[in-house]
Amino acid sequence: MTKGGALPKGFESPSDLGSQEKYEEVKPSSKTMTLRISKFNPDKDHAPTFLEFPVSYEKWTTVLDAILEAKNYHDHSIGVRYSCRQAMCGSCGMNINGKPRLACFTKISELDSDVVTVEPMNNFPLIRDLVVGFERMFSTHKRIKPYIIREDSEISSGTKEFLQTPEDVEKYIQFSSCIKCGLCNSACPTMAADSTFIGPQGLAQAYRYIADNRDQGKDERLKIIDERHGIWGCHFAGSCSQVCPKGVDPAMGIQLLRGYLLGYRK
Amino acid sequence: MEKDRKEGIRGMANPGRYGIERVAYWLMRITGLGLLFYFIGHIYETSSLLDGKAAWNSMLELTQTTEGHIFLTLVIGMCVFHTGNGIRLMIAQSGFGFGKPRRPDYPYTPSSLNMKNKLCIYVSIGLAALAMMYGLGVMYDV
Repeated sequence: MTKGGALPKGFESPSDLGSQEKYEEVKPSSKTMTLRISKFNPDKDHAPTFLEFPVSYEKWTTVLDAILEAKNYHDHSIGVRYSCRQAMCGSCGMNINGKPRLACFTKISELDSDVVTVEPMNNFPLIRDLVVGFERMFSTHKRIKPYIIREDSEISSGTKEFLQTPEDVEKYIQFSSCIKCGLCNSACPTMAADSTFIGPQGLAQAYRYIADNRDQGKDERLKIIDERHGIWGCHFAGSCSQVCPKGVDPAMGIQLLRGYLLGYRK
Repeated sequence: MEKDRKEGIRGMANPGRYGIERVAYWLMRITGLGLLFYFIGHIYETSSLLDGKAAWNSMLELTQTTEGHIFLTLVIGMCVFHTGNGIRLMIAQSGFGFGKPRRPDYPYTPSSLNMKNKLCIYVSIGLAALAMMYGLGVMYDV
């Protein structure tokens, strides 16, 4: 601060400059839509039923906000899993108007519909209402060994960290954004018919580690995925990439992975 | 108790919700099955040769009806689409035509669903339609 308390030039507040910054007044949209929530408890019910709630929304209201409003003010028993509310944890995947999406990452305004139907994701076992079990996906993820396999270690005495060039990182960084939300597995047409298929999530993660030049477990992983219910079960419908909320593009990873098995890539 | 939410064959319904790539996947399956049935029918048709010229001619007459022409037109369309899209899939499934992996930036447009791939699908559908029109023209002497 300069002598006399005046701010240096360039640091004056808008009022000091005699100008008034104008902010656009945000007006509530006052729109209302009908939220249809699938209710089903496999222990008690025989078939799913849909509960309908009128929910008012603004242009920034997410589907998760609407579900939580229904849960807080209408029916406390609605089963929904969520955590971060910012598309980081991958907990709130569900079918929204027939397509798998993250509820916290989907705005009602972008759905362009007066009725929003939420159901549990397909191709997963249902636990209750909107909550599905991830055990199978996680066990498949573990099966493809989602870690760097090497004989030596970064923390062994006498070794330093394994250096990589930015170009080396670019080869796999896209696939390391996976949050394991399961949307890709839910959209996959092969997963819809084959319960033993590894799935786009697991296959894309296999590529992520095989493409990492610090890893030496390529042969181990290729052996795991080189089967009918592995990489050859993918028919490149591309739906996994279509629904991925993090831009992972599993379909691309799977096709690039095939290159290793067909001998185009080393 | 958990209930499996497997989509099963219902997953084939409404392919448009996942874009043209899923429509191509659906068409590929349908045309593949159609061609398989045609192949079985074709073997049955040609096996009538063993029963002599008259049997063969009566079998051929079946294809000279309106229904027969529609069926053959569909076979032409299925064959052309399945071939065109099959070539696209063979190239794509070998890992070509996607460019290189890159850091994902919002709004996350997937490279695997790029315009080259979409264009190949549209071209396959267009070629199938053209071939069907040509086939109809030949069959009806237009």
